[in-house]
Amino acid sequence: MSLLDYFRSTKKNTASTAKERLQIIVAHERNRRNSPDYLPQLERDILAVIRKYVDIADDQVSVSLEKSSDELSVLELNVTFPDDKK
Amino acid sequence: MAKIIVVTSGKGGVGKTTSSAAIGTGIAMRGFKTVIIDFDIGLRNLDLIMGCERRVVYDFVNVINGEANLKQAMIKDKRIDTLFILPASQTRDKDALSKEGVERILNELAQEFDYIICDSPAGIESGAMMALYFADEAVVVTNPEVSSVRDSDRILGMLSSKSRRAEQGLPGIKEHLLLTRYNPERVLKGEMLSVEDVGEILAIKLLGVIPESQAVLNASNSGTPVILDEDSDAGQAYLDTVARLLGEEVPFRFLNVEKKGLLKRIFGG
Repeated sequence: MSLLDYFRSTKKNTASTAKERLQIIVAHERNRRNSPDYLPQLERDILAVIRKYVDIADDQVSVSLEKSSDELSVLELNVTFPDDKK
Repeated sequence: MAKIIVVTSGKGGVGKTTSSAAIGTGIAMRGFKTVIIDFDIGLRNLDLIMGCERRVVYDFVNVINGEANLKQAMIKDKRIDTLFILPASQTRDKDALSKEGVERILNELAQEFDYIICDSPAGIESGAMMALYFADEAVVVTNPEVSSVRDSDRILGMLSSKSRRAEQGLPGIKEHLLLTRYNPERVLKGEMLSVEDVGEILAIKLLGVIPESQAVLNASNSGTPVILDEDSDAGQAYLDTVARLLGEEVPFRFLNVEKKGLLKRIFGG
């Protein structure tokens, strides 16, 4: 392999794409792993309540529980409302 | 007291059995009395890799069920005096291993052996959980490839929450990363995750890097653990791995592209 190839291939290669994708998914899954078992059910329940009023898709609600210290956990709820519906 | 080491990965086909055979053999070569247990109930394969498939009479499940004793079921290696194999059963009942049964057998083995190597099945079902539950140390076998790295991370989560050490509040299982099928040429081209990349994502201590090598298939074809092929790159990499597992400081090799020609001819590969 020539020197030129070396520089060319480091610009955009599949290995760095793989690394970025892995870092994101692994961080996401670790977060889920450390969260309580009831979280997925809580997420479904919240979704059902919101659906009584607004028609939203499954992926428009995200719930995460973050432990910011030993005594304090923050439950974060993100709901994306569709633009065209009130 | 025996040290229990699980060789695990989550994903299948990454080299767990090859690594169990090599590491177990390597430790036994140092004079430690070692037994390798095949936990892959239903899909016995360690016997084939170790070249003792025609000598299997009783298996792990027979011993748990009291149909045979350990002495009858264990196969003594013909090459290394201090090495024994406990083959897996070929029963289709995946839940044939009970936690109590496994614990009883491990306790019995611990009286006699210095090292107990548990060759885990793939997946995260009961066989894999049983293989890691009693471990003191874990060798997490990973290929530099996305699905293998992700599955290894899952297994690391299991090691820290689903093991006996975790449940009893003891110090956690010591985790080691063993990167297998490493191809420095493809890493250099940017086609394969590097050892640094995988280390950064999984954040555990690197135990060894085994280069992708013809020697591995040759070894399994002939039923010889690849570590006994001491002229091969993979064999040498496993020897280094075992030395590190036993606490020695050994520099990493086979991480960079070899110069073709003279060096390659001397070291083989």
